[in-house]
Amino acid sequence: MPKPTSIKSRSQSFFIEIGDLTLFAGQFFKEAFSLPFEFKELVRQCYNVGNRSLLLVGVTGFILGLVFTLQSRPTLMEFGAESWMPSMVGISIVREIGPVIIALICAGRVGSGIGAELGSMRVTEQIDAMEVSGNNPFKYLVVTRILATTLMLPLLIITGDVIALLGSAIIENLKGNVSFVLYFNQVFDALKYSDIIPATIKSIFFGFAIGLVGCYKGYNCSKGTVGVGEASNSAVVYTSMLLFVIDFIAVFVSDIFFEI
Amino acid sequence: MDATKKINPVLELKSLHKSFGDNHVLKDFNLKLFEGENLVVMGKSGSGKSVMIKCLVGLIQPDSGSITIKNHDITSIGHSELDLLRTEIGFLFQGSALYDSMTVRENLEFPLRRQTHKIQDFESKEILVKEALENVGLAHTLDLMPAELSGGMQRRVALARALILKPKIIIYDEPTTGLDPITAKEIIALMRNIQKKYHTSSLIITHDVDCARVISNRMILLVDGTNYAEGTFEELSNAKDPKIQAFFKN
Repeated sequence: MPKPTSIKSRSQSFFIEIGDLTLFAGQFFKEAFSLPFEFKELVRQCYNVGNRSLLLVGVTGFILGLVFTLQSRPTLMEFGAESWMPSMVGISIVREIGPVIIALICAGRVGSGIGAELGSMRVTEQIDAMEVSGNNPFKYLVVTRILATTLMLPLLIITGDVIALLGSAIIENLKGNVSFVLYFNQVFDALKYSDIIPATIKSIFFGFAIGLVGCYKGYNCSKGTVGVGEASNSAVVYTSMLLFVIDFIAVFVSDIFFEI
Repeated sequence: MDATKKINPVLELKSLHKSFGDNHVLKDFNLKLFEGENLVVMGKSGSGKSVMIKCLVGLIQPDSGSITIKNHDITSIGHSELDLLRTEIGFLFQGSALYDSMTVRENLEFPLRRQTHKIQDFESKEILVKEALENVGLAHTLDLMPAELSGGMQRRVALARALILKPKIIIYDEPTTGLDPITAKEIIALMRNIQKKYHTSSLIITHDVDCARVISNRMILLVDGTNYAEGTFEELSNAKDPKIQAFFKN
């Protein structure tokens, strides 16, 4: 049974962590808008985050659309509502399932990678070496990575959504003899700006959270190689929790502005 | 120590204090490094050597005391001024600290990125990189990754990187640790050659008595965060004090 002191110290360290993460985010905004800009490194990081996650996002999206359609079909058929399938799948994937699932996949793929990479740079004194050479490691390593995830995640999510809809369309074509043109016409008829815009804005915040937590955990890594493992692992855990919190807030805010 | 000009120190630590919680790592530590001098600081593990050199380059803020490099107190200057001052200091890290995602060339070019006042064009950058690598005898490794180099080669590339901006002060953090005796001797010989060629002042943190004997003009023994003893290698190695003798046994 946990002692009251341990609960107290755990909650204290939780709030300290939240405070440190907020200060880290503040430093990001300060450094992101001050010269010099690290464009070359930003492009390299965008390539790392975007291109290297594309296959994983594509496969996940395709299976997501496929399975979602396969499992929803029997229920809709019971009510004679199978013609609603493209609209239902389109809205669900674009508005909620696509962004959340793909962001979670990227938290595992990109967030842990950033945590481990920066963590190992910290424990092998590479970050110190950058600093003593008169360069700004925060700007070079952290700002570029957070910007890259913030820019790339919306693109990955859009790509994942399209591939998921394609997977769904294939099942509809095979099982329900619905042509691809008809399927996508129904999807786009059902989708409104109030579905696409909040989802895109949300995915920008998802990308920011993945980069921020990964960089925070890696940049402040200690305790040698054990610390690198912890940084990588906790980057995924914290990011996943943060993604759901952001999603929860985003749904409330979208409800106010777009009346979903 | 004939070449040493003992007039104004290029680097001076006065009454340096640093503690982490209840652990008082540095207690009134003082040090002066003169032009052209090789000063060796020896101390047991946990005696505060690494904390001292991290304070020296501004990686850790001391609790009190002053750190003066070329007449600038680094505890009271801004970040941009500190960055400029850091270009006057070369730092060889214990584990080499080469950027493992970059080639040897990119590692050496990295410190040059923001030094536009020193580097005018690509050609001069290329010349500097080649010169630094030739100084350590590794001109052929230009396009290799750090993982493709042996431990000794990595240390030499790290030394080349520390030299790229032609600093006046070089700080060596345990330069021979983790190397076999032959490679350690090669590194010591390189350090001496570099000192002769560029007339640098060197602060060397080491456990290696052989390294201290060969390279030091003067030595400081750091015990429990204070200067326990100071003198030449001969003076200290012949001292009767058992705490000093403990460093020179074996």
